[in-house]
Amino acid sequence: MIQLNSKVPAGPLEKKWSQYKSNQKLVNPANKAKVDIIVVGTGLGGSSAAAALGEMGFNVKVFCIQDSPRRAHSIAAQGGINAAKNYPNDGDSIYRLFNDTLKGGDYRSREANVYRLAEVSNAIIDHCVAQGVPFAREYGGLLENRSFGGAQVSRTFFARGQTGQQLLLGAYSSLSRQVKKGTVKMYPRREMLDLVVVEGRARGIITRNVITGELERHFGHAVVLATGGYGNAYFLSTMAMSANVSAAWQAFRRGACFANPAFVQIHPTCIPVHGDYQSKLTLMSESLRNDGRIWVPKNKDDAEKVRMGQLHPNEIKEEDRDYYLERRYPAFGNLVPRDIASRAAKERCDAGFGVGTGQAVYLDLADSIKRLGLNVIMERYGNLFQMYEKITGHDPAHTPMMIYPAIHYTMGGLWVDYELMTSIPGLFAIGEANFSDHGANRLGASALMQGLADGYFVLPYTIQNYLADQFKVKRMPTDLPAFADAEKNVRTRLETLIGINGKRSVDTFHKNLGHIMWEYVGMGRTEAGLKEAVSKIAALRKEFWKDVRVTGSLEGVNNELEKATRVADFLEIGELIARDALNRNESCGGHFREEYQTPEGECLRNDKDSTYTAAWQFTGDDKEPILHKEPLNYEFVEVKQRDYK
Amino acid sequence: MDFTLKIWRQEHARAKGKFVTFQVKNISPDCSFLEMLDILNEELVDKIQLPVSFDHDCREGICGMCSLYINGHPHGWDDGVTACQLHMRKFKDGETIVVEPWRSKAFPVIRDLMVDRSALDTIIQEGGYVSVNTGQAPDANAVLVSKEAADLAMDAAACIGCGACVAACKNASAMLFIAAKVSQLALLPQGRIEAKDRVRRMVRKMDELGFGNCTNTYACEAECPKKISRTHIARLNREFMCAKLIAENTL
Repeated sequence: MIQLNSKVPAGPLEKKWSQYKSNQKLVNPANKAKVDIIVVGTGLGGSSAAAALGEMGFNVKVFCIQDSPRRAHSIAAQGGINAAKNYPNDGDSIYRLFNDTLKGGDYRSREANVYRLAEVSNAIIDHCVAQGVPFAREYGGLLENRSFGGAQVSRTFFARGQTGQQLLLGAYSSLSRQVKKGTVKMYPRREMLDLVVVEGRARGIITRNVITGELERHFGHAVVLATGGYGNAYFLSTMAMSANVSAAWQAFRRGACFANPAFVQIHPTCIPVHGDYQSKLTLMSESLRNDGRIWVPKNKDDAEKVRMGQLHPNEIKEEDRDYYLERRYPAFGNLVPRDIASRAAKERCDAGFGVGTGQAVYLDLADSIKRLGLNVIMERYGNLFQMYEKITGHDPAHTPMMIYPAIHYTMGGLWVDYELMTSIPGLFAIGEANFSDHGANRLGASALMQGLADGYFVLPYTIQNYLADQFKVKRMPTDLPAFADAEKNVRTRLETLIGINGKRSVDTFHKNLGHIMWEYVGMGRTEAGLKEAVSKIAALRKEFWKDVRVTGSLEGVNNELEKATRVADFLEIGELIARDALNRNESCGGHFREEYQTPEGECLRNDKDSTYTAAWQFTGDDKEPILHKEPLNYEFVEVKQRDYK
Repeated sequence: MDFTLKIWRQEHARAKGKFVTFQVKNISPDCSFLEMLDILNEELVDKIQLPVSFDHDCREGICGMCSLYINGHPHGWDDGVTACQLHMRKFKDGETIVVEPWRSKAFPVIRDLMVDRSALDTIIQEGGYVSVNTGQAPDANAVLVSKEAADLAMDAAACIGCGACVAACKNASAMLFIAAKVSQLALLPQGRIEAKDRVRRMVRKMDELGFGNCTNTYACEAECPKKISRTHIARLNREFMCAKLIAENTL
């Protein structure tokens, strides 16, 4: 039986992390090179962790699916990164960033973790500037800030609309420096397909070289998963095509608990769906909400006419427009947190006021263009305008953009303690792959902050507390039974997939799953719907293992096989997401159960019974997982109803 | 819309490749080029044939993974986009479209339309960084950077490392790719200290890896999906000349 221990250090909130660091065990410099650390994934978390661990002198092996570590999907983050620098002198502080993040997460995250995140945020900005990340500057040469959803201060640092790219390239450059030095060895075009556990500790991984098809065994004294989220379970999302849950899912099947899978973020400002051939959705940065106003027609007739193409949105008079976010949330207006903005859009569209296909609302920059001039707006959002125009064929400088919510981020993930270690000793999870800091909803510009906080400033410390006595463990040969069994397990699974020889392609199953997830486990969830989802997914999974068609062989490049292993895992986690949503009898953040809402249609939390992290333990194929509850104790803040009015 | 596709197919690095013709029908003009290839691949799987392998990932023009040479242009003829952002409305109904992998000696073909671009990573490992360890940095505002320099550095840093510049160049030169990194770091005070060593090492590595030299045709700039300007090559040349004037390892 797993006992979850969060290992949150005692002491006052603002001293926990510094006291932890002062008292933790360390690995001495001479012993570091004797320790192998495996890092899987090269997004912000993985690249920064690998670089920092390499700088310390550990022997690091890094794995990524793509041809280069620089292509991980952190690269696509647009808007910015938060830090409590208070450079604009608008009243920001570490406490305020902590409090905003905790409140934004609807009080479903661990207090001490969130405080630590806010505490190290400033060091991230310092480090990235030192790496040569070209953040936006004021004319005087100082760093520029902008505001983001869920905050009343300007604490977001940015590099045009490509902040994720620039931060990732910063981490990639540090990683490259370590590769040259020989402390880090890079394994690109590898997919992790199993975790190797020896005597209860994570000791290695099995990977498939996606070019040669070869299965490989790798040993590590510790394994760090930085493999991102599971949003592609919904098929259509803003995630990259190869983003998958397989590494984390194999860890789950090997005994790591999976926490709060139902906490999925649906981002309000994405380009709407336009056809069933579509492979992914594209995000328009939330930063547009700084200068854009969101609206739908006030009259259903007008909405009908714009849908039919008989009326241009610019012809709708000011008094006939419903700026519904400004109307419902005057204090935060267009800058309410993402979950609230998404639900409000769905509410208007469901009520018949949607534009475009009916599943879209306007994001209008006309007022800001009038006030600031097109030049200023283009400087801020030029690349986003270009991206929108390329995809839709419309120019946002003259016609309001159309947007609709889409799956964007997953707050849930592998359960980790304060040291970012999962319930398998020696297995760590960082960045989006863990569950720890965002509760039930993540604020904008906080994902980059968390990925880099974990990778540069948290994990490289906490992992040493685990490794302090591990340098004595000799490097294990990979012909041990645990490695051989894990590889055999993977090979059997791959051979089974190819051997099914069914009639349906992998993508058709993935699309089916996506429809079930979006319909029943999306923005509005009900008990009946979730039960339906659980049984539908189980049935689909059965059909998949009977009727999927995977062309090609185990050898060489086989994209269909890669997709099949991922979809097989999505078909399992999809069910867990639905089960978790069913279990959580309340609405909080991105998890909205229609049965639990205030008369105004806002989330209604059940703090008495549901202030806990739901951590699920795998018990076997087609068996119900066991639920563990980690109670969330708020010692330092008062838990309040979120109010953005 | 209907299209005839002539696609380069090659089983593995050492196999002989050839063009194979496919027909796709009823394609929506809002479909992206890669989604059109998805549709083709679904049809091939339905017919129990091997789908066409091509690299792709983010599908929003930022990861740099897609690498298709379409009708004689890297990422197609449309300006400032990668293949994933190229939509079928830009083509004529009934058109024949030729799709090849990146054509360059430094990028060997892996299979069909996939190539090996690891040489670009190797170049960055030679010096495309500032030597700073985690935790050593001063306060972010301690060193001022003029807005002009930061903006110019950002223009260069926008490079997505796709390799279109190399594929477009008749000499298969990686000058624009290197220039983007050298220029970004040369423009910022944080990168100045190591500027000379960096440019020497990166250029030397480029030569070693079999990339050609620059003969100023600017095809790279014309085909760059991020519109990285050739002025960065001028800055690279200046940095390189200055570095050459000083003997290595002396100040």
